Amino acid sequence: MSDARVTREGLEGVRPGREASSDYSTRRPRKGGRRGGRGEQPTVPDADFRSYYGKPVLNKPVWSPQDIAGYLFLGGLAGGSSLLAAAAAVRGEERLARVAKVGAASAGVLSLAALVHDLGKPTRFLHMLRVVKVTSPMNMGSWLLAGYVPTTLVAAACEVTGRLRPVGAAATAGAAVMGPAVASYTAVLIADTAVPAWHDGYREMPFVFVGSGAMAAGGLGLLGSSQRAQGLPRRVAQLGSLAELSSSMLMERRMGMVAEPYKKGRSGALMRVGQVLAVAGNVTALLGRGNRAAGVAAGTTLMLSSAITRFGIFSAGIASAQDPRYTVQPQRERLTNAGRGARADAG
Amino acid sequence: MKLPDRTGWSSLVETTQDPAGGSGYGDHPPRMGFFTDTSVCIGCKACEVACKEWNHVPEDGLDFTGMSYDNTGGLGADSWRHVAFIENRRPVSTVDLGLPAMGPPAGTPGIRPDLPASADEEEGQLQWLMASDVCKHCTHAACLDVCPTGSLFRTEFGTVVVQEDICNGCGYCIPACPYGVIDQRKEDGRAWKCTLCYDRLGEGMEPACAKACPTDSIQFGPLDELRERAQARVEQLHEKGVDVARLYGHDPQDGVGGDGAFFLLLEEPEVYGLPPDPVVTTRDLPDMWRRAGVAAAALVAGMAAAALGGRS
Ligand code: SF4
Repeated sequence: MSDARVTREGLEGVRPGREASSDYSTRRPRKGGRRGGRGEQPTVPDADFRSYYGKPVLNKPVWSPQDIAGYLFLGGLAGGSSLLAAAAAVRGEERLARVAKVGAASAGVLSLAALVHDLGKPTRFLHMLRVVKVTSPMNMGSWLLAGYVPTTLVAAACEVTGRLRPVGAAATAGAAVMGPAVASYTAVLIADTAVPAWHDGYREMPFVFVGSGAMAAGGLGLLGSSQRAQGLPRRVAQLGSLAELSSSMLMERRMGMVAEPYKKGRSGALMRVGQVLAVAGNVTALLGRGNRAAGVAAGTTLMLSSAITRFGIFSAGIASAQDPRYTVQPQRERLTNAGRGARADAG
Repeated sequence: MKLPDRTGWSSLVETTQDPAGGSGYGDHPPRMGFFTDTSVCIGCKACEVACKEWNHVPEDGLDFTGMSYDNTGGLGADSWRHVAFIENRRPVSTVDLGLPAMGPPAGTPGIRPDLPASADEEEGQLQWLMASDVCKHCTHAACLDVCPTGSLFRTEFGTVVVQEDICNGCGYCIPACPYGVIDQRKEDGRAWKCTLCYDRLGEGMEPACAKACPTDSIQFGPLDELRERAQARVEQLHEKGVDVARLYGHDPQDGVGGDGAFFLLLEEPEVYGLPPDPVVTTRDLPDMWRRAGVAAAALVAGMAAAALGGRS
């Protein structure tokens, strides 16, 4: 029994600490004692947000940033490079084609390694291929990589050894067909989750990803090509950066408050560094046309930009999953707008 | 013979409230589930203990959280039932729900009306809420949809279960679950969650938590029956003047097609750590694939433009 009942000063006699304060805010009841809420107007959409001791609603993704953000980057680099290799081969720019083919194969193998390494049971990787399941982007991706990575290896091997040229040409073409899917499907992979900053960006994310992949591939081309063959990779990097930057701008604008992690904190800083490097890389490539050293610097910068942006997107997702506001607030707004779920208690 | 598809594709096309049938089970038992009536929960945690005992769920950390009587924290790989404790100030209600509460009863006038009102009169009564949370066994389960190995599957009871001998620990189900239920067990790398005691159900027994619950806050049974019972209970509470009572996860029209385990709550879902309007992420997947396809085509077009651009 509370002492408060018999004390003149109300709750004065109550030992402090009995009311462990929880994190959600309390709304002061309206004076005048009106109670009961049935049939009442829904309360104004609450600016004050409530949660269970500030704990996240979602469980934190267990993916390691190195493995999975790295996987996103490498997938983009590989896919873009396969396409670049085919374009270079058609144009007869052999050195560029070779760089792109070897780059695609290396990035493909590394991305597969990252995916396997991230598994809780790596020896069970092949369980990915025991079903075909379109509702699981990771399953589709595994099948895609199972076809794509060997193809890039054949293309690269034929290129380097100079043997079996027709096989190499077919493999190059095959990799170029699968490459764009490899570069874009990873956007679906992360968007098909309940993570607010990933899911809510699902409309633009594939465009951000193919842009970023093209930029990385262009960067690799600049890094490895001769002075005279810089034109194609430079244009690819330009177009890619343009697509990446404009799509992420659109994405952030449409997402509203859920876009905050892309602007603030560590993830926001990574995004900004990625953007600055993208611009810097393109400017260097443009000003240093025909200069080998400038090409190397620009190429490195562009690849770095793509990688850092992927880490930014990855950690923005983690940040949005860790803060219950990004889960609760948009859902609460949705309910209020739909006229459902009006707060039943008197405000 | 139509082969059963217990691995998810059906959930995209399935509009029925019969997830087991939709997954290819011809003749199957009725859909089973939980109705957790938090208005009679006393916070004894018998459910948590019974679950651990029956399912051999390992220890989940001996922590002191400072969150009222909740030292479990939330659902995870090693916590399949979680009792939430909320010390809540709310406008004074005249109805005695039989919930533990502190402070003067509603409407008690101040002893000295000329003195400032006490905290209780100002802020309302302190209400201690308890609720036992669990996997919702969604009609449209994101965890099951995204599972790349088919380890997560739909049982003949319409529940969602992980086959641990298949799980390769990819971790995809974890960010996919809109309720933060399933998680990875660090030591063994695989994903774990409530099975709705699949092994007990097969033997015609009720799940361990429901069996152990001393107040019948956790009720187990065919989902149809539970939904009716819940509707009657919420109406009864409303009649008594408990306007704050509301059902959560009962609606087949909601973003996950309704939960197999649903609740009667006395506060907003988010106060219990539940999402107010969860949506299965795979609902948007067809649109995602379409957009990824357009983006891939745009990449090809961009590359072609870049390749042709230098031809002048
Ligand atoms: S609540 Fe989460 S873990 Fe349970 S069935 Fe639904 S999506 Fe899966």
